[in-house]
Amino acid sequence: MTNAKPKVAFYWCSSCGGCEESIVDLGADILKVVAAVDIVFWPVALDFKKKDVEAMPDKSIAVTFINGGIRMSEQEEMAHLLRRKSQLIVAHGACAHLGGIPGLANFWNKETIFRTVYETTVSTDNPKGLSPQTKSIEGGYELTLPEFWDTVYPLNKIIDVDYYLPGCAPQRDLIMNAVTAILEGKLPVKGSVLAPNKSCCDDCDRNETKPEKLSIKEIKRPHEVLLDPKTCFLAQGVICMGPATRGGCGERCIEGNMPCRGCMGPTDQVYDQGAKFLSAFASILEATEEEDVERLVDSIVDPAGTFYRFSLPSSILKRKRLEAVK
Amino acid sequence: MTRKITIDPITRLEGHGKIEIFLNDEGNVERAILQVPELRGFEQFAVGRPVEEMPRITPRICGVCPTAHHMAATKAADAVFHVEPTVTARKLRELIYNAFFMEDHTLHFFFLGGPDFVVGPQAPAAERNILGVIGKVGLEIGGKVIHIRESVREIMNYLCGKAIHPVSGLPGGVAKGLDEEHRVQFLETAKEAVEFAEFALQIFDDVVLKNKSYVDVVVGDAYKIKTYYMGMVDAKNQVEFYDGDLRIVDPDGKEFAKFRPADYLDHIAEHVEPWTYVKFPFLKKVGWKGFVEGNDSGVYRVAPLARLNVAEGMQTPRAQKHYDRMYATLGGKPVHNTLAFHWARLIEALQAAEKMVELLEDPDITGTDLRNIPTQTPTEGVGVVEAPRGVLIHHYKTDEKGLITAANLIVATIGNAAAINMSIEKAAKTFIKGGEISEGLLNMAEIAFRPYDPCHGCGTHGWPGGMPLTINIYGRGGKLIRQLRK
Repeated sequence: MTNAKPKVAFYWCSSCGGCEESIVDLGADILKVVAAVDIVFWPVALDFKKKDVEAMPDKSIAVTFINGGIRMSEQEEMAHLLRRKSQLIVAHGACAHLGGIPGLANFWNKETIFRTVYETTVSTDNPKGLSPQTKSIEGGYELTLPEFWDTVYPLNKIIDVDYYLPGCAPQRDLIMNAVTAILEGKLPVKGSVLAPNKSCCDDCDRNETKPEKLSIKEIKRPHEVLLDPKTCFLAQGVICMGPATRGGCGERCIEGNMPCRGCMGPTDQVYDQGAKFLSAFASILEATEEEDVERLVDSIVDPAGTFYRFSLPSSILKRKRLEAVK
Repeated sequence: MTRKITIDPITRLEGHGKIEIFLNDEGNVERAILQVPELRGFEQFAVGRPVEEMPRITPRICGVCPTAHHMAATKAADAVFHVEPTVTARKLRELIYNAFFMEDHTLHFFFLGGPDFVVGPQAPAAERNILGVIGKVGLEIGGKVIHIRESVREIMNYLCGKAIHPVSGLPGGVAKGLDEEHRVQFLETAKEAVEFAEFALQIFDDVVLKNKSYVDVVVGDAYKIKTYYMGMVDAKNQVEFYDGDLRIVDPDGKEFAKFRPADYLDHIAEHVEPWTYVKFPFLKKVGWKGFVEGNDSGVYRVAPLARLNVAEGMQTPRAQKHYDRMYATLGGKPVHNTLAFHWARLIEALQAAEKMVELLEDPDITGTDLRNIPTQTPTEGVGVVEAPRGVLIHHYKTDEKGLITAANLIVATIGNAAAINMSIEKAAKTFIKGGEISEGLLNMAEIAFRPYDPCHGCGTHGWPGGMPLTINIYGRGGKLIRQLRK
């Protein structure tokens, strides 16, 4: 073992760039990270290339943080390459962890998405009915594009993942704690989510305003009511994913006076975040008559898109069932 | 025998961007193409979502400019519900938005585009990053950059919940207000931001404008294309980011159209090519004529230089001085030199900072009336803002419950998609002659598109940073004959 600084890599797949910004947002701390490690691959900020990675010995990178879900053929290739070269892979952010918001596309397939984007959207002017092709000829030259898949996958459906850094985007403390744990070799068991194993409600300032026994007679959408900045959202009749969501995010959305949408994913005890929320939520709906039940259920206008906002690709709702839904 | 040159930005851009250059028999450039090889399909999975959730969903189009999508979606949701924000809510949105512009523009200058100038276009690639900038301008200034970015983002974190990704916009207002204690604190930050923006312009002045070889690059033909420009203006035709009409000027600088954003479909259409996942917006009334310059081509440009070109001035006094100076220096309006985007960006950062001060000194800003509750049946609405990277359009149709039935998004960077291709091609033609591939080609390609600050997160994904490049030159039969790397 030499005294060389541990090598670290960052990569992004089907994501928005917010996880990269979460690193830039470390602010002054980023200089500490840069001092402690040797960043060997970070396309957003530094000029190292895929070939540089290919040339590295296997397992020579101490840890690679990969953000974004996997939905294009090239992303799969990069994920496999980085897995081979890295001792540890951390799924960085909600998309790599659970599929994330772009995973809502799993309600549809490639054909439908292409039709919408390249044909039916109102500003599209496409008289020849063209759409992107993996191979095309332009001016006599062949051009290639990576393949767009039917399905978005979380990272662990493609490669073996060692740890998960949750959140959209992960908060500064969680990132710094993860980096520190890696540097000090104080990591928990493989497969752990690097955030406290408790619910968002446990840390929420509004928790004390949550009645002993919650009971919801009417469900309100956030724009329909003036949201009290101190009271539990569920007590206000507004759907908040807090009870089914892992804490450690700093409750930033709730600080912004908006309910939780579940970006941190479930706690360790829970397999399916949406199902967990549904069962918890059903128990607090106050309805005895069948028509009340129906009315309340009807007032949840987008159950799948709300309860599975960030976790559809990793949920128990499997692909075939999703296609059948539509 | 023709040859193909691939500028494959491998890593980040392997997934997200690739330049192909085709040479003819004489070894001159016949065509250059930028491919964007990714798509996520937000227009599709918006369907079925409640419209009031769109301000929380669409920021994931781009984590670099999530506030732009948040704001466009919030304004579109206002329109869908036929509701206006309260006076305080509108001013808070504007405050958030100007804070966002200020930090995003300075991020670009110091972290992304700036290294080309500050460290120098010929500097080794390893130094052309924020650390190189700090090396050149000193650690104290580097610390200043990090400090101002953190302080301004603190305003956004406070008012929006999270800078990545904001949550507070709702149809009819905002979820969270501002108290006096924070107003005082943020006003200090805003005043610092004004000084910081002036300071950034001073660096631009010292490093670029006082260096003749840089100025020659800025005004040279390699980085100049004549196009239409589109941008948002206020009632006085001054540069506006949050809300106003859209104005188009032709390549001679004459007003071609001015319209309400809700009428965008009368003016903008999008062309599809089979070799890239992004679409190419163009002016409907001129028509798509391909990747060509001039008055007969519907190609237009957006973002900082475009906004300054379509406007008659800035909204704030300090920014106005720099606006006058830029046009005096570059020979009047419109300016077609692509590298002037960098200068225009800093002038806008200054306006944004001055606006922050103005808004934080406005007594309405600490008002407590934050929401108008929608009462009308939701139908259809368009929300348009200027994102840092250009005109951003969100358009939703809903059912009577406010669930989306159709969405259309024309995102900022894509407004420049055709122009970016043309800029790359023009620069390639300048640098590649008779089969001679200048080493400068590597920097050329990068410098040609970086002024646009292309953030293809907005089209497909993120593209905010330094661009690693490899150029492969193939001979007959596709054999690799030369490789240039930096």
